Amino acid sequence: MTVRTVPLRHCDFEAKVRVAGDGPPLVYLHPAAGPGWDPFLDALAGHHTVYAPDHPGTGETARDAIHKVPALWDLVLIYDELLDALGLDSVPLVGASFGGMVACEVAAHRRTAISRLVLLDPIGLWRDDAPVAQYMTMTPDELPAVLFHDPAGPAAQAALAMPESTDELAVAMADAVWAMGATGKFVWPIPDKGLARRLHRVTAPALVVWGEHDRLVSPVYAAEFADRLADARVEIVPGAGHVPQVERLDVVAPLVLEFLAT
Amino acid sequence: MGGDRVKVTSFHFMPYRDLPDDVETRYRSVWVDAPWSELGDARKAGDFFNQSIDELMLAAELGFDGLGTNEHHQNPYGFMCNPNLFGSILARLTRERGLDVALVQLGATLASTSPPTRIAEEYAVLDCLSDGRLIAGVPVGIGADAGMSYGVPPIVQRARWREGIELMLRAWTDPEVFAWNGEHYQLRSVNLWPRPVQTPHPPLLVPGAHSASTWDMCHERDWPYAFLSYFGAGAAESAMDGFWARADAHGRDRNPYRASFLQLVAVADTDEQAEALYGPHLEYFYKKLLHFPPPYFTPPGYVEYPSQLGAFKAMLASPPPDLKALSARDMIERGFAVVGSPATVREQLEAIARRLGVGHLLAIMQFGSMPHDLAERNIRLMASDVLPHLQTIWDAEGWESQWWPTGASARAAA
Repeated sequence: MTVRTVPLRHCDFEAKVRVAGDGPPLVYLHPAAGPGWDPFLDALAGHHTVYAPDHPGTGETARDAIHKVPALWDLVLIYDELLDALGLDSVPLVGASFGGMVACEVAAHRRTAISRLVLLDPIGLWRDDAPVAQYMTMTPDELPAVLFHDPAGPAAQAALAMPESTDELAVAMADAVWAMGATGKFVWPIPDKGLARRLHRVTAPALVVWGEHDRLVSPVYAAEFADRLADARVEIVPGAGHVPQVERLDVVAPLVLEFLAT
Repeated sequence: MGGDRVKVTSFHFMPYRDLPDDVETRYRSVWVDAPWSELGDARKAGDFFNQSIDELMLAAELGFDGLGTNEHHQNPYGFMCNPNLFGSILARLTRERGLDVALVQLGATLASTSPPTRIAEEYAVLDCLSDGRLIAGVPVGIGADAGMSYGVPPIVQRARWREGIELMLRAWTDPEVFAWNGEHYQLRSVNLWPRPVQTPHPPLLVPGAHSASTWDMCHERDWPYAFLSYFGAGAAESAMDGFWARADAHGRDRNPYRASFLQLVAVADTDEQAEALYGPHLEYFYKKLLHFPPPYFTPPGYVEYPSQLGAFKAMLASPPPDLKALSARDMIERGFAVVGSPATVREQLEAIARRLGVGHLLAIMQFGSMPHDLAERNIRLMASDVLPHLQTIWDAEGWESQWWPTGASARAAA
């Protein structure tokens, strides 16, 4: 995996894009906790060239870059410019959680240039009878039970692993908190910024994947997305919570790869 | 000689004084989450507000230099939704009684008030009502209030606060009607009615914890700073050492009146009596009123990245105490609160003031569940046996303060 620097005009944002693999391109947008390279991305990179940009303020980007991105509209235009800069004029978008919401917004804006859409437990809609958990005000002790069906299981434990040395641990903690704060700029205090009004604009065929036991954003939202998208298929993944691509990689990776191959 | 005296403000949080014993185990947080419908009683709230006003007025009668109020939301820790509601009562009552104390509004939170000119207006009203006795506090506000209760994204809270301060200052001082095309606020015509009595404007006061960017802002603009000390000497020293190091870097002198510190204080005839009398209320304050998960106070994005990283490093090096496991005696021994005989309290407060180099004290003399009669007893003992001593601590050094309201006179303990 290499990191490409792509300077953009919009918001003077210096984008950082993780690139790996070989084959037809896809773009992956990461969740609120920050970018990370996991076995799911390795699986995608086995068949595709994966472009995984870091959201402003997270990962390899400047921490204060987020202060120059005033609103969700600007974030969408950043990705619009970035896809142009990467020469990706017909490309699938894969987005997880917060990244799923951003993928929808980009696809609703960049209508014909997104070829396929894969949403993994996305946020972005709101139902009073099934409120999305307020993950930003949960403690590190509280989060695993909201993220994972089996927080003690090996997949969850590997995903939750933190550095041993205290210096590295402090950096990892600060990075994760800042990533939530930076992405939180676009979803606080309720992750409903009008996506419901825009989802009909998405014309790309979509695969909506949801962990059956998602306690962060209930699987009832799968139908909310599918009903508004022009062409969507829903797959509920048993034995998984909010991060099915971690807890059930064995199910999710083939599902996504097969969808992208058709 | 010829310098200014230490100013001691009677500061009040106006807490809900009657929560059930098990409140901290019943709810995840008493901030934002604990339901009024299960815990609150409006008539009691009215009594507590009135008692708190009476306690502040008693302190004014007995010679304290200032009366302090603040803003919090959706919690029993302190529920003055707008400190200027209470400041206006105090402005009127003190003027009627000829008590020219300062009104230390510490304060209304610009970042969660839209537009922030509302606070510029209210502060101007207070300065008019009190004939120039306002200190205009400009807290950044905490995450539970601005973020969780009022919906401000934590990562923009500081930027809104900074812009709000600039807008308020210009609204007070620009003789022309002006348009404000800011990042967070747009106003076509700003033409404040009224303007403050004090010229060019009332002194500001910036409260804070450990934010280096806040210290820099104070020194760049020559604004005074108030450290809110809840956890004893170690935390206070690292903060104030940082504040003064930044003062040096900015070429500012170490005038103690640049800095205030807020401290829970309780006095009785002896140390033993003080612990027995005030201990339960101290535990109520730390175990019940401060019962909330850390992200409620500092949600992600609220603390700038460098400060956040520093905070995690400090936390990993020296984990914070579990408040629930501490007794009142532990809290007193660790210096969370200054509790004891008049001699003990005089000695400790003077030592803190000298070690931290701070000129002014904001004393919380009613805290937690402390009932009205005990609060009054505390205030009387403080006024008679501690206040006169505190007011003279920096006399010999001759420092002058340019940060005290021009309408408030120097006061002496009655």
